[in-house]
Amino acid sequence: MLNGARKRMIMVRESIVMALDNIRSNRVRSFLTLLGIMIGVMAVITLITTVSGVSGTLSSSFSSMGVGTLTVSVTGSDLKSGVTPEDLEVISNLDSVDGVVPSVSLNGRVSYGNNVQSGIAVSGRNSYYFILNQDMIVQGRPLNYIDDNNSSYVCVISQEIVDKFFLGKNPIGETLYISGLPFTIVGRYQEDSGGGVASIFSGSPAVLIPYTTAMQVNNSNDINSFTVYLKEGMDSSAAQEEIESTMDVLFDYEEDCFTVSSMESIEDTMNTMTTMLSSLLAGIASIALLVGGIGIMNMMLTTVTERTGEIGLKKALGAIPGQIQIQFLLESFLLSMIGGLLGVAFGLLLSFTLCQVLGTSFVLNIGAIVLGVGFSAAVGIVFGWAPARKASRLNPIDALRAV
Amino acid sequence: MQDIDKVYPLAGENVHALKNVSLTMEEGEYLSVLGPSGSGKSTLMNIIGCLDIPTSGEYMLRGREVEDMDEQELAELRNREIGFIFQNSQLLPRLTARRNVELPLIYSGVKPKERRERAEKMLERVGLKDRMDHLPTQLSGGQQQRVAIARALVGNPSILLADEPTGALDQKTGAQIMQLFQELNEEKRTVIMITHDLKIASNARRVVHIIDGEITEGGLHDA
Repeated sequence: MLNGARKRMIMVRESIVMALDNIRSNRVRSFLTLLGIMIGVMAVITLITTVSGVSGTLSSSFSSMGVGTLTVSVTGSDLKSGVTPEDLEVISNLDSVDGVVPSVSLNGRVSYGNNVQSGIAVSGRNSYYFILNQDMIVQGRPLNYIDDNNSSYVCVISQEIVDKFFLGKNPIGETLYISGLPFTIVGRYQEDSGGGVASIFSGSPAVLIPYTTAMQVNNSNDINSFTVYLKEGMDSSAAQEEIESTMDVLFDYEEDCFTVSSMESIEDTMNTMTTMLSSLLAGIASIALLVGGIGIMNMMLTTVTERTGEIGLKKALGAIPGQIQIQFLLESFLLSMIGGLLGVAFGLLLSFTLCQVLGTSFVLNIGAIVLGVGFSAAVGIVFGWAPARKASRLNPIDALRAV
Repeated sequence: MQDIDKVYPLAGENVHALKNVSLTMEEGEYLSVLGPSGSGKSTLMNIIGCLDIPTSGEYMLRGREVEDMDEQELAELRNREIGFIFQNSQLLPRLTARRNVELPLIYSGVKPKERRERAEKMLERVGLKDRMDHLPTQLSGGQQQRVAIARALVGNPSILLADEPTGALDQKTGAQIMQLFQELNEEKRTVIMITHDLKIASNARRVVHIIDGEITEGGLHDA
């Protein structure tokens, strides 16, 4: 006498063979049915993978530029319209702060000889900025603290300026007129290629001058935007609080004078948004899975009706209801799984292509694959249940008569 | 083998398909149930074959009470004790002759290797040694019925239950099948044949007549 478990195992194996045989023999119908599941899984996989690829690229460019920095923008109050270099000194002397880079922008005409160009972004920075970005100067020298202290009329220029004014010439030592004032070009810099996203926010200035000089040109003592660089390993939210309370003192607790934002907080918001977006899209895509499941149920019900005679015969030969049920359940399960696996394959292919087109990194999202396969297995079982049960409950006499 | 003994009226939608039918059978008998269509012989076959249970009355099969069994117990009983042979052989069209014969063994949980050997032996017995891997559609009606007989025999049941086994066959093939039944009975197998054809029925050693759900002749053992 065989024990139950072994008997069941033999039965399951036979059922798989029979189920595959039945799926094969109804090739077109099976294919159309599993197409529903396939499209559903494909949509889920593609959406999740593509969205996570895009958000991955975004957040990696965020973190490359933003870790350990806080951006402060100052709107000022009636009494105090911006921060002064002395205020910056206070901030940069805080425990958590390594240094501060002010950004004072000028939007003026730039000219060299008879060549006049307007709309060129000119920004005032300090020497600390050039210490942080050691590699950016490709020719000449960076701006240094002597330039800051003396408000020297010197500048470093980007490739854009070289192209506009100095094609085929060595620009170093030449005089560039900014807002009608003469500046000696002391260096040329290469824009940071990694800061693609950063430039969206800060704008990419074409000419950098000492911030003290920029303030002089603007004829004001205000700095309205600066970036705080934290010491290594400093907690940015604690530092943010420290800076905010210092700024509160500087602005006499007047409200809405400034905002301090960290890249981490922007990144967090971004991540939350992309996660929400991807689950929303996946939710929509899973409607396709639901429809696919209904398709499977429909096909299985048809199959049960068509094969009533076969069911009756098997029952007459001694198949117990459970064995009949397992056979039909396995059939819908396998059908759904084949659809699911095809969906995963095509989904990965499609999202890989999409990531290439969008220029984002393709990350194999194991979670999405598990979700897709698991979902299709569940669909196969849930929607195969009722037809399989119907089959198992057929009365063998009626079923035999149906032939 | 214990005697089969049953007495029952069956009320399917208040139709008495069988009325107080009593029938006793012994092991190794060759019996035919003869009756016109609508006489209740199919109902009788369903009950003998444990496909159905009587509304009332008792049915003992080899010492076991059948009337109180649930669906699962009935299925297991059918698998072990009854070999069915239907009018139009009822083979699964997508399975080869051998796979068709293996079916009852699958449900009783016989291992693949042994299953195959037993199916082949049985097909050899019915004279289809060289047709084992043919699909039913590639076989003649007589051959198909032989496959069905092999399938009925493969589980080594105590009763071979045939419903109009020659109904779909021409006279010559029908006679061959009858010959096969004769041989099987000589091998001490119990054969019950349901038919409306007196000529076919007379092949059996004992004929039971059934008309309008009542046994009119040969019900109780008179040997």
